[in-house]
Amino acid sequence: MRIGDAKQTYEADEAIWTSNTQKLWFGLLLLILLLFPFMADSYLLYLGCLVGIAVISTTGLNILTGFTGLISLGQAGFMGVGAYTVAWLSLNTGLPFPVTLLLAGLMAAAVGILVGLPSLRVKGLYLAIATLAASVFLHFIFAEWESVTGGMGGLSLEPAHLFGWTFQSDFRMYFIIVPLAVLMVFAARNVLRTRVGRAFIAIRDRDISAEILGINLLRYKLMSFALSSFYAGVAGGLFAYFYRVVTPESFPLSMSIFYLAAVIVGGMGNLLGGILGAAFMTLVPEALKLLTAALTPFYPNAPVFMSPMLEIIFGALIVGFLIFEPHGLAEIWHRIRRFFRLWPFRN
Amino acid sequence: MDWLFFGEISLAGLAMGGLYALIALGFVMIYKATRVINFAIGEIMMFAAYLFLAFAGGMELSAWIALPLAVIGGSILGGVIEKTMIRPMLGESPISVVMVTIGIASILVGLVEFVWTADPQLLPNFLPREPVFIGPLYLAPKIAYGFLIGAALLIVYLLYFRFSRGGVALRATASDQAAAYSMGINVRRVFNLAWVFGSLAASLAGVLVAATGGLSPQFGIIGLSVLVVVIVGGLDSILGALVAGVFIGWLETVAGAYLGGEYRMPATFVVLAVILVIRPYGLFGTHEIERV
Repeated sequence: MRIGDAKQTYEADEAIWTSNTQKLWFGLLLLILLLFPFMADSYLLYLGCLVGIAVISTTGLNILTGFTGLISLGQAGFMGVGAYTVAWLSLNTGLPFPVTLLLAGLMAAAVGILVGLPSLRVKGLYLAIATLAASVFLHFIFAEWESVTGGMGGLSLEPAHLFGWTFQSDFRMYFIIVPLAVLMVFAARNVLRTRVGRAFIAIRDRDISAEILGINLLRYKLMSFALSSFYAGVAGGLFAYFYRVVTPESFPLSMSIFYLAAVIVGGMGNLLGGILGAAFMTLVPEALKLLTAALTPFYPNAPVFMSPMLEIIFGALIVGFLIFEPHGLAEIWHRIRRFFRLWPFRN
Repeated sequence: MDWLFFGEISLAGLAMGGLYALIALGFVMIYKATRVINFAIGEIMMFAAYLFLAFAGGMELSAWIALPLAVIGGSILGGVIEKTMIRPMLGESPISVVMVTIGIASILVGLVEFVWTADPQLLPNFLPREPVFIGPLYLAPKIAYGFLIGAALLIVYLLYFRFSRGGVALRATASDQAAAYSMGINVRRVFNLAWVFGSLAASLAGVLVAATGGLSPQFGIIGLSVLVVVIVGGLDSILGALVAGVFIGWLETVAGAYLGGEYRMPATFVVLAVILVIRPYGLFGTHEIERV
């Protein structure tokens, strides 16, 4: 139990900041994020951008799966919609990046609503399979609609630009990706404490009860789909600007599973968990790459075993977290915090 | 339209559909008894096919010894998965259980790549090679004999379900777990047996499919086609698995032959989408009524 934690108003209970210490730590985090690109080398910068993109997409999926209880295997497809929108717009219109990213998000949201339509009739795993079907169709469209998507060869695009600035290097992309990630996580935090967010949570806990309480299921489920795919679309758009090439193979089914895994490993229904999960799942393969590089002088065929090891570790992480730590990294984080709060006492 | 060509394609598709029906039967068994949607079924098939490759290709055993060994290996794998990874998840939300099976799939792919590398492999040929003619229609021998073996197991299974003690226990557990418990049925054992027998069907089908189409760590993709089959037929319906298996196998092959390979998946997923909209619980599935 924390001392001095009794809340007397609903406003206090729902507040994002409950203490000045919290604000201080958050300010510190922002400062670190701001200074990071000036200290880091190009590899760390690249990782920072990757994590930022993953955080946005994972937060989106967390809204849908973690908070509304609708499981989706279409996240990669929605990201693809965003990426292709950005690529097409930048090739054909030359709009600056805030506009293209916004349109990418809206386009993905529209597709998300379309995919979410069956969610009124089917739920649970049937819904997961409906989203799986959607991702198969989207992949087909990406590969076959050659006049727009460039077919299997995909599209290459110009770097992002705004007011004559171009964002060519990872260093500059970092200043698009990370502020956007912070902003979007913050937006999610705010949405989730409004009426809409509470409706999502009610639907997750028991959809029939929620309906009896007067929550319009179709409306809120579609809203959740739209919001989640908006996040995916923006993440996909950033992905397109970051790699500057988009092909149908950029968004395989395994990517959707990757994001589901990130949500689970981080902690379902916990925004902090989504962030931790996204960072963790992005960094594990990189750590393994470093390990392989370190081992290669001693075991020359270590690189051969890296890709199978990655598959095994990926699967073992999913299974292990679900069985032993179902609330994910967020729970571990809370446990660490509790330890320091109570220190020097144990309980 | 060339009817002879259409007939031959259809026949090949129907034979493939027979194997789909067998896999779907394994899937439905696991679902009926334990309410687990097994996304790893394609990978269990793949694992058994690699075992066959090891026994028949690596150890040079006769194919007719290697085949049962591989199938038994696949069934043991199913039993082990149930005991170690599915049982601890009992009572958890279906999303979590599905994710566990997805994780298992990833582990199996990694293991197979670890041992046999990621390169595609060819299974030693063990089926007769004389071409098969049904009337004027030619059918590739591998597909024809694969279908016959698969169909034989399918019939054994159906009889087992209907008449044996184990089959009755399984059906009883599926229809009412609490009642089955109170009647002295060992429900835990039924869960385990469902996984063993489900994986057995999948393993045999895996070896037969790999014998016709080759084998690689991406083989598990076939699990997606099976998923379509069981959703179209109804997750808890054996009849549905059989009918939808044959139909989806036929549709996939015909779409592949007439429209091109890239249309195989979208064609079956269109059927899936239509079924999900009209009859979400599948053609023959039970419509579950939910109460608060």
